[in-house]
Amino acid sequence: MADAKRPNQLLRNLNAKVAAIPMVATALVVFVGCTIWTIVHSFTKSKLLPKTDFVGLDQYERLWKTNKWLISIENLAIYGICSLVLSICIGFFLATLLDQKIRFENTIRTIILYPFALSFVVTGLTWQWILNPDFGVQKIVRSLGWESFAFDPLYNQDIVIYGILIAAIWQGSGLIMVIMLAGLRGIDQEIWKAARVDGIPKWKTYIFIVIPMMRPVFVTALVLITAGIVKVYDLVVAQTNGGPGIASEVPAKYVIESMFKNQNLGQAFAASTMMLVTVLIILVPYAYLEYGGKRRAK
Amino acid sequence: MTSTSSVSIKHLDLSFGAVEVLKDLNLEIANGEFLVLLGASGCGKSTLLNCIAGLLDVTGGQIHIKGENVTWAEPSERGIGMVFQSYALYPQMSVEGNLSFGLKNAKLPKDEIKKRVQRAAEVLQMEDLLKRKPAALSGGQRQRVAIGRALVRDVDVFLFDEPLSNLDAKLRADLRVEIKRLHQQLHNTMIYVTHDQVEAMTLADRIAIMKDGLIQQLASPSEIYNKPANKYVADFIGSPSMNFFLGAVNTDGAPTFETAGQTIPLTGYEFVSSPAAGNAWMGIRPEHIVVGEAAEASDFKIDTSVEIVEPMGSDTVVWCEVMGERIRIRIDGQSSVEPGDTLRIGFDAARLSLFEKTTESRI
Ligand SMILES: Nc1ncnc2c1ncn2[C@@H]1O[C@H](COP(=O)(O)OP(=O)(O)OP(=O)(O)O)[C@@H](O)[C@H]1O
Ligand SMILES: [Mg+2]
Repeated sequence: MADAKRPNQLLRNLNAKVAAIPMVATALVVFVGCTIWTIVHSFTKSKLLPKTDFVGLDQYERLWKTNKWLISIENLAIYGICSLVLSICIGFFLATLLDQKIRFENTIRTIILYPFALSFVVTGLTWQWILNPDFGVQKIVRSLGWESFAFDPLYNQDIVIYGILIAAIWQGSGLIMVIMLAGLRGIDQEIWKAARVDGIPKWKTYIFIVIPMMRPVFVTALVLITAGIVKVYDLVVAQTNGGPGIASEVPAKYVIESMFKNQNLGQAFAASTMMLVTVLIILVPYAYLEYGGKRRAK
Repeated sequence: MTSTSSVSIKHLDLSFGAVEVLKDLNLEIANGEFLVLLGASGCGKSTLLNCIAGLLDVTGGQIHIKGENVTWAEPSERGIGMVFQSYALYPQMSVEGNLSFGLKNAKLPKDEIKKRVQRAAEVLQMEDLLKRKPAALSGGQRQRVAIGRALVRDVDVFLFDEPLSNLDAKLRADLRVEIKRLHQQLHNTMIYVTHDQVEAMTLADRIAIMKDGLIQQLASPSEIYNKPANKYVADFIGSPSMNFFLGAVNTDGAPTFETAGQTIPLTGYEFVSSPAAGNAWMGIRPEHIVVGEAAEASDFKIDTSVEIVEPMGSDTVVWCEVMGERIRIRIDGQSSVEPGDTLRIGFDAARLSLFEKTTESRI
């Protein structure tokens, strides 16, 4: 074949590309299309139905003057930071414990992972009972003799978000543990041996050698947890429904209530656009560091 | 225990649950000796090395290093450095970081660390690699860093677990020489695990051949090659491997070996004890069978026809059938032999190895 040409890159793997078209189209229409539609309508005064009477930034001004939204954002920040740090720490800690070649590892792993199989609603209701002063922890401790013991996070405006946090971590850390455990198992045993011969204590081996090697695993865990944080809604509804008062409101709940309870689409879209912006503010620098930096290094 | 003993292993047992890997193993390694543990896969070489390093808890027995009982000491306190097959470098640290991390952890003074790293880099010729990460190194360079990490520990005993088996043939040969040079320069005790017999023969002062957790023979490379203690060792060492004939030793008059109607004179063979009659294996290495004029001068000669010829450049392996066995003969690479040719072959009694038929140990 004297005139063998480099094949057209577009036509290579044609079948695979044709097969991928419906998925690509769906992704474009649903994700990108709907996102743009939402952003556009956040600048209108849509009420029950979407309309196109543009009012500029009015919806956003209203949003940032609403006390409920401000509390939502504050709650999300506390909940987000705490659940990120705690899930990763607890998940990694449990994984290292399980990695010590203990017996019944499979059983323990299943037990810890089990809450993840539950719906947030079930988790929420369960923890509502556990944290209820009349039935749960407080009742039990008092009946054991500590009459003055008080533990009622779900009924205290100042700490209600931490009550929700407990339930979220109970449910979420199992998954993080399993991911971390898989990461730990991926570390070459000879690295551990080399560190032992070097006389490096176990905790130092984890911090200076193993954790840096597990960077991709941590990134995966981070993405999973972050996605869960931004959309937290059902847990709050099941546990406190935003109460007491509006002390445990979260942004996702604000969006849904504006949309379906107050019939204020414009406000809901403005709020959800703000959530999107928040996510982008976190994601863009990260993606730039992770992918952009690497390409330049090559 | 002699005063020059560097590592001494006494009645060592090790089992994983019900699986006994090492059984009552005894080994004395002299100061400055290069000992190679050689054996087929799964025979317990790495297990023994890990026991010496303290990475595995022994089931029974004792390990002494430099006269001190270290059976239950931590690996870092045993005065050993270890090099692994997979290099086991810390990937997020630079070469310098890899070399100095253990020392920093041991709280050595900064200038001492610097001095040691510098010296290791000099010895291993990798001064210009110090700032690089392991990912940016070739396999051979990585293994050199791993050796450097053992070097900076300034220890008496080096342990190597198949350090070269992840490298390609050429690099392996280069690094092999480098390890030998290192040993001649440092005079440390080295214990080296491999399943490559070329590495074993070229590096070792003594070789320990292991099988199923037992040491079959512990001797110098030349003794292992010339006087294998049993048929397993004889078969394991040498490539192509030794040819065997089953027959009987006859001690009526001068000792002879009889197989397939032929009588091979054994005058000149060094018996371990006085010759005894009985069934036995006779082994002869392919390179100890001679052809042509040399065959005429041999103790025993026979005609055979060539079946297969495998030219390898420097020498040629010829397959033919002799006394009912298919055997290999190694001849000069320049001789022209064709399949079907009649070949006169011969060998000397002094080159033979005889093994008792059932125990398979040397007679
Ligand atoms: N953790 C373990 N649990 C149970 N059995 C083991 C364990 N490690 C090794 N063994 C067994 O011990 C025996 C010796 O293993 P070892 O790793 O010492 O072999 P080796 O001689 O180093 O082989 P190779 O040349 O393949 O590295 C093998 O039969 C292996 O199956
Ligand atoms: Mg091994």
